[in-house]
Amino acid sequence: MGAFIIRRVLYSIVTLFILSATIFLIVRFTGDPLALMTEASARPEDLERIRHQWGLDRSWPVQYVTFMQNAFKGELGKSFNYRLPVTELYFQRLPNSLTLGFAATLISLLIGVPAGIISAVKVNSWWDNLAKGIGLLGLAIPGFWLGLVLILVFSVWLRWLPTSGAGDWRHVIMPALALGWYFAASMLRLTRSSMLEVLGSEYIKLARLKGLPDIVVIAMHAFKNALIPVFTLAGVNLVVMVNAAVIIEVIFAWPGIGRLLYEGIFQRDFPLVQGVVIMAGFMIVAINLIVDILYAFIDPRIRLTR
Amino acid sequence: MATIAGDRPLARSRGAGKLKAVIKAAREAPMLAVAILGGLMLVAIFADVIAPHDPTLPVKGAAMFAPPFWMEGGNATTPLGTDFQGRDVLSRLIYGARVSLIVGLMGTLVAGGIGTAMGILAGYVGGWVDQIIMRVTDAWLALPAIVFAIFLAAMVGPSMWNIIIILGGVYWTRYARVIRGEVLTLRERDYVKLAEIAGASTGRVIKRHILPNVMNTATVLASLTVGVVIIAEASLSFLGVGVPPPQPAWGLMLSEARSTLMAGQWWLTVFPGVCIALIVLATQLFGDWLRVKLDPQSRNL
Repeated sequence: MGAFIIRRVLYSIVTLFILSATIFLIVRFTGDPLALMTEASARPEDLERIRHQWGLDRSWPVQYVTFMQNAFKGELGKSFNYRLPVTELYFQRLPNSLTLGFAATLISLLIGVPAGIISAVKVNSWWDNLAKGIGLLGLAIPGFWLGLVLILVFSVWLRWLPTSGAGDWRHVIMPALALGWYFAASMLRLTRSSMLEVLGSEYIKLARLKGLPDIVVIAMHAFKNALIPVFTLAGVNLVVMVNAAVIIEVIFAWPGIGRLLYEGIFQRDFPLVQGVVIMAGFMIVAINLIVDILYAFIDPRIRLTR
Repeated sequence: MATIAGDRPLARSRGAGKLKAVIKAAREAPMLAVAILGGLMLVAIFADVIAPHDPTLPVKGAAMFAPPFWMEGGNATTPLGTDFQGRDVLSRLIYGARVSLIVGLMGTLVAGGIGTAMGILAGYVGGWVDQIIMRVTDAWLALPAIVFAIFLAAMVGPSMWNIIIILGGVYWTRYARVIRGEVLTLRERDYVKLAEIAGASTGRVIKRHILPNVMNTATVLASLTVGVVIIAEASLSFLGVGVPPPQPAWGLMLSEARSTLMAGQWWLTVFPGVCIALIVLATQLFGDWLRVKLDPQSRNL
């Protein structure tokens, strides 16, 4: 087990290293950040001064090493625009993104899990087809468009909910639904296939042979085991939603990290953009590592692969 | 049910059998998906003929924010209404189909091309090549696709062809991983081993034995990627880092509609979204059908 954990941790570190190098190179390959920061009429000596001030006059390898050294110390540079450390800005916004992410995860579970179970228990019935339809629409209807339509219906026409900003639960409900929509469909499909697999297994057949009523078999035996992958996916999805909610946060003016990224892009604040993107990669690598290790605890076969 | 090969007269040429197979496949294809996709493709190809107005210029004599024809104030010249510049919504939707389809298909082609090549290389060559490709794949998969795409688009600058390259560059990793897994099992098959013993070069083994066997998987992945790429393009255009104005892209239309959403001009928001949903739904239905057809093992998943 120890060897397994060490190997997985090393893999994660390599992954993060490649990721940071990719992002670092893309930022520097795609043009001079100074050209983005300053006006075309800036004087050469001013440009030189700013270049020195931000450490851009040094060679790329030196810049990268400095960048990584700082990253290990938990610093991701300073925002051009806010003149504040990127990490400070990031952690100011993170709680809002977490709130939205949790709400969206809850919605995706509330829609996906019951629909998936019904669909698996009554396989190939009218219910199953309805659930399949929801699953397809989850993929086909873009979440951000759903958000716009929700605003149109509930804010403009019915005037029930506020359109933007963060506050009480009424502010969260529309963005969470728009964000969780796609993930609800993926929950539904996973719950369905997971339930079908469990329902076809020997111990469920045995439980049925013992004469247990259907409801007991489904609720006590099948449900419990089928939900392990579902909750794992919910955990991973939560982290993805926290980081990938850019458009939803823009539409609903939700002050999370997605909007921080969007603002960074439009203010050409490349340390900020770089920092937010690297943090997203870091969080997702971390959750994948955690899931891998947890699964290795549950299932010894995984430890022995490779 | 499938007929046994021996039933057929031996004299029949291979070409005729293929044609028959194509016709048979066409009969079984999901009608709704084919109708939507075919229709949209025709609309995209013949946009110049079909569209009643220039999509980038205001319609002469038309009001701004004219509603669709069935509402009060609407008229038949601009049947689905006009936008904030008085441009015809229908014409913009028609030209927008072109952008969505080009980006969806070309982006998928780029992603599939890079991904399949990398997957085969990693799986067949193995060793260090495999390690490098798979570690890059892992790293790139760690970023949410949309965040990675927004980041790249913001760095490279907006244009339709940039978006195609960017989305291809973001989505190839999925192919690489799946194709590599498949190649790993193919590599151990007898016919591959025999070809190697017979002295076939690496290039020849890949071309003759590996590539044909991963094409089914690559095709299924491609059919399911088109919709994802189309939504990604719409998202980038919506955020202003995708297809630049005044080009009529559906995501861009939604973005322009957003500023007047509160005024209740619903047609500017509803129609482009319905178009996106329809096209993605059709590609998904088609992809699901293709998956079941080409890979019987994945049925009922």
